[in-house]
Amino acid sequence: MAGIIKISNLSKHYGAFAALTEIDLEIAEGEVVCVIGPSGSGKSTLIRCINLLESYSAGGIITVDGIPVEPGRHLAQVRAEVGMVFQSFNLFPHMSVLRNIMLAPMRVRKMTAARAEEKARELLARVGIAEQAEKYPGHLSGGQQQRVAIARALAMEPRVLLFDEPTSALDPEMVGEVLDVMRALAGTGVTMVIVTHEMGFARQVADRVIFMNGGRIVETGTPAEIFDAPREPRTRDFLSAVLNH
Amino acid sequence: MDLLDTFFNVPILIRTFPLLLAGLAVTIQIGATSIVAGLALGLFLCLVRLYGPRPVVLLARLYIDIFRSIPLLVLLIVVYYALPFVGIRLSPFLSAVVALTLVSGAYTAEIFRAGIEAIPAGQFEASRALGLGYRDMMVDVILPQAVKIVIPPLTNNCINVMKDTALASVVAMPDLLKQATQAQALAANPSPLIGAALIYLAFLWPLVALVSRFERRMGQGTR
Ligand SMILES: Nc1ncnc2c1ncn2[C@@H]1O[C@H](COP(=O)(O)OP(=O)(O)OP(=O)(O)O)[C@@H](O)[C@H]1O
Ligand SMILES: [Mg+2]
Repeated sequence: MAGIIKISNLSKHYGAFAALTEIDLEIAEGEVVCVIGPSGSGKSTLIRCINLLESYSAGGIITVDGIPVEPGRHLAQVRAEVGMVFQSFNLFPHMSVLRNIMLAPMRVRKMTAARAEEKARELLARVGIAEQAEKYPGHLSGGQQQRVAIARALAMEPRVLLFDEPTSALDPEMVGEVLDVMRALAGTGVTMVIVTHEMGFARQVADRVIFMNGGRIVETGTPAEIFDAPREPRTRDFLSAVLNH
Repeated sequence: MDLLDTFFNVPILIRTFPLLLAGLAVTIQIGATSIVAGLALGLFLCLVRLYGPRPVVLLARLYIDIFRSIPLLVLLIVVYYALPFVGIRLSPFLSAVVALTLVSGAYTAEIFRAGIEAIPAGQFEASRALGLGYRDMMVDVILPQAVKIVIPPLTNNCINVMKDTALASVVAMPDLLKQATQAQALAANPSPLIGAALIYLAFLWPLVALVSRFERRMGQGTR
């Protein structure tokens, strides 16, 4: 299978501090990859480089569907193909749920308002909150907001979806509804890169799990390989810490 | 009644009303010029302070702090009476506008900065992640939120500038207050002062009410 995301020799520095060091990673089209690791290991930085929310050091190369991820005229194309869901939702508070979802298709894909609205309503139904279309984000629960954020990302029909701890800001009783939506997405052919602390979810949904530590990929494998038979001591330590917690 | 004759002498008020209106026109000219110039200066200072190179940032901060600390009356007197000693001789109108603008610019800069900084980074990131261009991001996402935040304090600042124009009368500017004090001296009756106060009120009260409405709307807003 062709790699839709190709990352080679990716490093990122904050001053003298190396947040990422020489990352090489290829992700196949349709693959679901979960990224796990301790706080500060560079998980967010890694996925934020994929749509250039974070710049990276010279020498690194990232391509999405063959398009180089770098400042300049290709960037809009990359960002249109790569959707992102944030820990803190980042919905636009001054727009209704419907407008939140319609905005990018209208501005970037030049969709008509009528078509964009139709699509937005379909997506809201798909994430299970069709009846909230006219509300403002501030009037929704966290779980509902995150489902709107997923619908907003999907409205661009991205080939790749990035998730940065999508359930970490949610009350425990709302985690399930968001994970359910993501689980349903995982079968649809969209490539997903998910930073998560939900080990059960990762084991169930991921085609591949990546364990990061200190800005490096320490170990990668199937969920069974990583969770049941980790080779690296640091992976074992991390998993025993989170699983016994 | 005596009191009415003294403070609300209708014939005197009618006689001096045209003078007061001429004064109001001057007041509005000074105020409007200073507000517009202050907005431009404030926007410039704010952008410099947020995005300029480090030494310029420090200069902008120094400027903003100094001109928010100095009493406007002191500044006005310095501009009008002290600057001529170094060869800078400004008309009363220009002196008033310069002093008001320098101070208003400092306040406006802080208002703009607060407005832009109040927009969470996540709003910029979500826009960029969706592929919105810079223009669409600013027009659809950032500015509508920033404007909502900035309009009430900006209107407040306009009210303050308008009120402070009264200080121009100390540099012999024939503004509303100056006309009123002159008319009072001429008529040997304080009714023109009361008239001026009423005109200030009639003019500024609606603005104050407007700010209250903005603030109420913000309070129950859609955030
Ligand atoms: N703007 C920044 N300036 C300096 N250091 C930063 C900045 N952003 C991130 N870092 C550092 O880079 C490292 C990696 O950060 P990153 O956010 O990618 O970690 P993470 O694995 O996502 O952690 P978490 O699980 O806490 O979200 C951390 O040590 C962090 O302190
Ligand atoms: Mg993170």
